[in-house]
Amino acid sequence: MVSAARGSKRAAVSAPHHPKVHPNGAASSATFSYQQLREKARAIRRDILISITEAASGHPGGSLSETDILVALYYGVLRHDPQNPAWPDRDRFILSKGHACPGLYTVLAHRGYFPKADLSTFRKLGSHLQGHAKIGTPGVEMSSGSLGQGLSFGIGVALAGRLDKRPYRTYVLLGDGECDEGQVWEAAMAAAHYKVDTLTAIVDRNGVQNDRHTDEVMQLEPLAAKWRAFGWRVLEIDGHSFPALLRAYHQAQETSGQPTAIIARTVKGKGVSFMEGNPAFHGRAPTKEQLAQAMGELGFSGAEVAAAMKELGFPEAKIAEWTGPMK
Amino acid sequence: MVTRPTAVTREVFGQTLLALGKEDPNIVVVGGDLNISTFAHLFGREFPERFFDLGPAEQNMMSMAAGFAFSGKIPFANTFAVFGTGRPYDQIRVGIAQAGANVKILGSHSGISVGEDGVSAQAIEDIALMCALPGFNVIVPADGPETAQAVRVATRERGPFYIRVSRSATPVVHTDGYQFRLGKAETLRQGSDLTIIACGVMVAPALDAAESLARTGVQARVLNIATLQPLDKEAIQQAAQETGGIVTAEEHYINGGLGSMVASAVALGRPVPVEMVALHRYAESGTPAQLLSKYGLTATDVEQAARRVLGRKASSGGR
Ligand SMILES: Cc1ncc(C[n+]2csc(CCOP(=O)(O)OP(=O)(O)O)c2C)c(N)n1
Repeated sequence: MVSAARGSKRAAVSAPHHPKVHPNGAASSATFSYQQLREKARAIRRDILISITEAASGHPGGSLSETDILVALYYGVLRHDPQNPAWPDRDRFILSKGHACPGLYTVLAHRGYFPKADLSTFRKLGSHLQGHAKIGTPGVEMSSGSLGQGLSFGIGVALAGRLDKRPYRTYVLLGDGECDEGQVWEAAMAAAHYKVDTLTAIVDRNGVQNDRHTDEVMQLEPLAAKWRAFGWRVLEIDGHSFPALLRAYHQAQETSGQPTAIIARTVKGKGVSFMEGNPAFHGRAPTKEQLAQAMGELGFSGAEVAAAMKELGFPEAKIAEWTGPMK
Repeated sequence: MVTRPTAVTREVFGQTLLALGKEDPNIVVVGGDLNISTFAHLFGREFPERFFDLGPAEQNMMSMAAGFAFSGKIPFANTFAVFGTGRPYDQIRVGIAQAGANVKILGSHSGISVGEDGVSAQAIEDIALMCALPGFNVIVPADGPETAQAVRVATRERGPFYIRVSRSATPVVHTDGYQFRLGKAETLRQGSDLTIIACGVMVAPALDAAESLARTGVQARVLNIATLQPLDKEAIQQAAQETGGIVTAEEHYINGGLGSMVASAVALGRPVPVEMVALHRYAESGTPAQLLSKYGLTATDVEQAARRVLGRKASSGGR
C-alpha cells in the first residue's frame, strides 16, 4: 500500500484512508512512492509491447491506456497475495475488457502471480496466457473477451462477499467503447438498486474504440451524468496521475450506500507517439521496427530492453536480433 | 390409456429449491421478474437476503450468476426457457460454459405446452442451444419426482447445468423409490420389437403408445433419457442393436434435439431405422392440449412413428 507521506516525493495518502489491516500480512508491507509507481508503469508498458510484438497480434492501445490504472491498484490499493491467488478475502480485480489482457498479464507477472517468462508465450499454443483473459491464469478472476459482462460478474462477486461477511472490495475495469453494451447499464441499475458499495467501476475513458473514436461511433457523453442518473457516485479523474488515481480509489472505499464509478480520462496507446489516440493500434501488434521506436520513446536503451527480454524468457538470438537496431 | 396422477414440474422445482435452501446456505437465487411463475419466489420469501430479482435483464443475471459461482456460491438462475437460453446465450457461453462456472440455470415454460402465450414464449430451440455448449449438463426431467431429484443432483454436482421444466401439469411416470442417475438412460418398459426413446413431457405419451402397441402384439422398449448432455450413447446403441428400430419423442424442434442426438449415436454404432416425433415448425397460441395435438406430439403420433419403424425394419429384411 502507498505509505503515509515520507518526504515530498512520497504518495500523499494518509493513514486513515487504510482502515483495514491486511489479515495475512503478505501484500501490505510494500509501500511505493509516486516515482516508483511511474517506474513500474514504464517497465510494464515495455513488457506489454514486447509480448504483443512477439505474439504478432493482440491489443496494445487499451493495454497502454489502462496501465497506470492497474499499477495504482496492484501496487497501491488491492489487498492481495500473489502467492495465494485463491485467498478468500482478497480484493478482486475484474478485467471486463478482456482484450486488454496484456496489461493485466504483465502487471500480474510483475507482481509475482506467475513467472515473467510466461509473457513471451502470450497467445501461443499451450500457454495459459490466452488471447483474451480466461479463468485459469493465476490472478485472473473472470473469463472475458465478450464485452459488457464484467460489471454484472462483479456484482455477483461483491454480493457473495456481503453474504459471507468478507471484507473484500471488487474493482471492475470497463472500456469506454464497452459502455455501448446494453448489459453495462443493466448492471449499473442493479448495482445501485442493491447498494453494492463495495463495488468500484473504472471506465478507461481513452476516447477510442475498435473502429474509430468513441464520439464518432456512439456518443457516450454526458457519461458522468449517465452513471449519476443510474445511482452511482462518480469521480472524474486524470487516469495517468497516480495521486489522482489513489485518491479516487480511497474515496470509493469510503463511499457507503452506493457504488462508485471512476471515469479515468486516459490516452489510448499512452507513451508511444504513433499509437496514441490511434484506432489503428487498438488491436494490432507493432512491427520490430515500431517496437524499437516505442522503446526509445519510453526511454529504454537497447541494453535495458535486452535485459528485460532475457527476463521474459527470450532466446539470446532473438534478443540480439531485436535489440541490435535499438539505441 | 392409463390415467396417471400429475405434477407441475416448475412448482416441484420451486419447492425443491426451497428445501435445498434450508440445507445449504451457499445457494443463491437470481431471477428475471418471473420468479412467481417459476416458483422461485418460494425461496425468495424464505431467504430474501439470498434472493435477487434483477428484473427482465437476463444478460446481467447470467454474468452475475457467474460472479456468485466464482465466489463460492451455488447460484440458480431462473426464468422462462426462452429468456434463460437464447437471450443471454453469449453470457452463458463465455462466462459459464467456457469458464466452467458452477451455475444452475432453470428454464421453465419450455416447449409449446406453454400454450396461449404463443411462439415468442415457446422455447423449442433450447435443447439444441444448450447441448451445443461443451461441458454443459442438460436435463429434461420427465415428471415431478425426476425434477426434484435433478435439481438436487445439479446442486450436488459441480459445473454448469440447464434444467428444463414445463408450465403445465405433467403425468407422473415414476414411483417414489425412483433414483435419477445423471447421464444414464432409464428403461421404463422392456421390449424387443423396437425402442421408443423420449424425454420430458413426451415420456408419458411414449408409455401410452407402448401400451397400445402391446395390445397388437408389438413389444416396445421405452427409454427415458432425461440427461441430454452427457448423452447415454451406450444405452442407445444397445437398444438399437437389441430391438432393431428406434422412435424418438420430444417437445422440441426436430433439429438439434433428442432425435438428432439419438440418430447421431445410432449412426455411429450399427445403424437401424429411426423415426422422430418432434416439432417441424413454429406453433401458435392455443391450449397446451390443442397445440400438442395439432403439432403432432401425442401418443398416437408416437404409435404411428413406431409402425413406420416396424415397416422399415420389415422391408430391410428384419434389421
Ligand atoms: C460483445 C463484443 N462485441 C464486439 C467485440 C469486439 N471488440 C473488441 S474490443 C472492441 C472495442 C472496445 O473498445 P473499448 O471498450 O473502448 O476498449 P479499449 O479502448 O479500452 O481497448 C470491440 C468492439 C467484443 N470483444 N465483444
